[in-house]
Amino acid sequence: MPVIEVNDLRKRYGGTDAVRDVSFAVEAGEIFGILGPNGAGKTTTVECVAALRVPDGGEIRVLGRHPRDPALRALVGVQLQESGLQDKLTVGEALALYAGCYREPTDWRALAGELGLADRLRVRYANLSGGQKQRLSIALALVGNPRVAILDELTTGLDPHARRDAWGLVRSIRDWGVTVVLVTHLMEEAERLCDRVAVLDRGEVVALGTPAALAAGHDSLDDAFISLTTRSGEE
Amino acid sequence: MLLRLTRTELRLNLREPVPAFLSLLAPTILVVVLGSVPALREPSPDLGGRRVIDAYVGIAVALSLAMVALQVMPMVLATYRERGILRRFATTPVSPLVVLSAQVLAALATAVTATLLAVAVGRIGYGVPLPADPVAFVVAFLLCAAGVFAIGLLVAAVAPTGRAGNSIGTVLFFPLMFFAGLWTPRELLPGILARIGDFTALGAGERALHEASAGNWPNLLSVTVLVAHVAVFGLAAARLFRWR
Repeated sequence: MPVIEVNDLRKRYGGTDAVRDVSFAVEAGEIFGILGPNGAGKTTTVECVAALRVPDGGEIRVLGRHPRDPALRALVGVQLQESGLQDKLTVGEALALYAGCYREPTDWRALAGELGLADRLRVRYANLSGGQKQRLSIALALVGNPRVAILDELTTGLDPHARRDAWGLVRSIRDWGVTVVLVTHLMEEAERLCDRVAVLDRGEVVALGTPAALAAGHDSLDDAFISLTTRSGEE
Repeated sequence: MLLRLTRTELRLNLREPVPAFLSLLAPTILVVVLGSVPALREPSPDLGGRRVIDAYVGIAVALSLAMVALQVMPMVLATYRERGILRRFATTPVSPLVVLSAQVLAALATAVTATLLAVAVGRIGYGVPLPADPVAFVVAFLLCAAGVFAIGLLVAAVAPTGRAGNSIGTVLFFPLMFFAGLWTPRELLPGILARIGDFTALGAGERALHEASAGNWPNLLSVTVLVAHVAVFGLAAARLFRWR
C-alpha cells in the first residue's frame, strides 16, 4: 500500500487553479521528489498532503487516512518553507519544546548530534547560520519520530557544502526507515537523491518516474526539465 | 504541554528586557511616582475623602492588564503568525488553541505579578488599604482581564505583522487607559466622559476593581460591559483568527 496517495487533487486561489488533476503515489521507504519551476504548485500540493490547506477537489490518503486525521500529526513530520522560530529561543529549548508536543518523541539530544547541532544547543535561534537554522528545522520535523517526512525547499539558501551535508542527511533519514517527500526546483538535488519524481508545471503533473527515465532521450535531466516545463513567470 | 508552553513564553518574555521591565514594573512605578507627591497623599474632597494615591492603585492594576493584553500579546502572536511559528505548531499533535492559551496564561501571570507588586508597594509605601473584599477584587480582576484580553486577541487575530500588532495595540492602549483614569481618575472626569468610560473595557474594569477595593461586588453595568466585550470581541477574534 502506498504511503501517500494523491488522486485528481485540485486547489483554487481566487479564480485560478493553483493545482489541478494532480495524481501520484509515494511508496514506503522511497525518497519522492516533487519538482517544478516556481509557481508550479509544489508547495500547494504538499501543504494539502500535510493538511495545512484544504483541497477543492480530489482525494488524498496518507498512511491510509484522511489528511486531516489528527493521528497523522504524530506520524508526518513537516519542514515548512519560510517557517522560523522565536529569535531568543535556544536550539535545545526548541528541540525540547517540540519533542514535548509528541507522545513518543525521539531522543532530541541524539537527533541534535546526528544533525551536527550538539554544540549549538545553548545558541539562540537568531544567532544561528542559515545552514544551522535549516538543520534545526529538519530536526523539528523529525523530533516526533515520524514515518513520513515532508521537506519543502530543503536546501534553498544553503552554500554548496551545507547543501551536500543536507543531502547526506536526507539519505540517513530514509535509512532510518522514514519515507521522504522532497520538494525542490534543483535538478541536481533530484538526480542525486530521489528514487522517483513528479514534475509539476502550472499546476499539473507533466512527468512521473525515475530521474533516469525522465532524462532518457535528453542530454540530461536538466534538459528534460526545460523541455517539460514553462519558464517561471511565463503565462 | 500547556504549562510547558506557558513557561517557555514567560522565559522568552523575560529575555526582552525593556517590555519585560515595563510590563512587570510600570504599575508599581506609577504608584511610587504619585505616592512621592505629598499633595496626592492628602484626603481629597473630590474623591469623597479618599486620597488620590488610593485611587491610583486600582488604576495601576488596570494598567498591568492593559500592557500585557494590548501591547505584549498582540505583538507576540502576530509575530508568531508572520514567522510561521503558528503553522509549525499546526503540523504537530498540539492544537494551536493550546498555543493561544499559553500566550494568555503567560500574559495573565505577568499581570498578576505586576498587580501584586503594585498593591504591595501601595500598602507598604503609602498606606493604601488592601482590597476590602479580596474575593470580589479577584473576580473584578478576572472580569477586567477577560474584557481587555478579548480586545487584544482580536488585534492579534487580524494584525498581519508583529509591528502592526504592536501599533494597533498601542493606539488602543491610550484611549482605553484614559477611560480607566490613568491621566485623571474616573471620579474627576467630566460626566459625559465618565459615562463613556463606563462602557469601555478598562473604564468598566477599573470601576469594578475600585468597588471591590471598597468592599463591594462589581456593579451590574460594568459586569455586563465586560461580558459583552468577551462575547463580541472574543467571538470576532475566534472568527477572524488567521493561523498563517
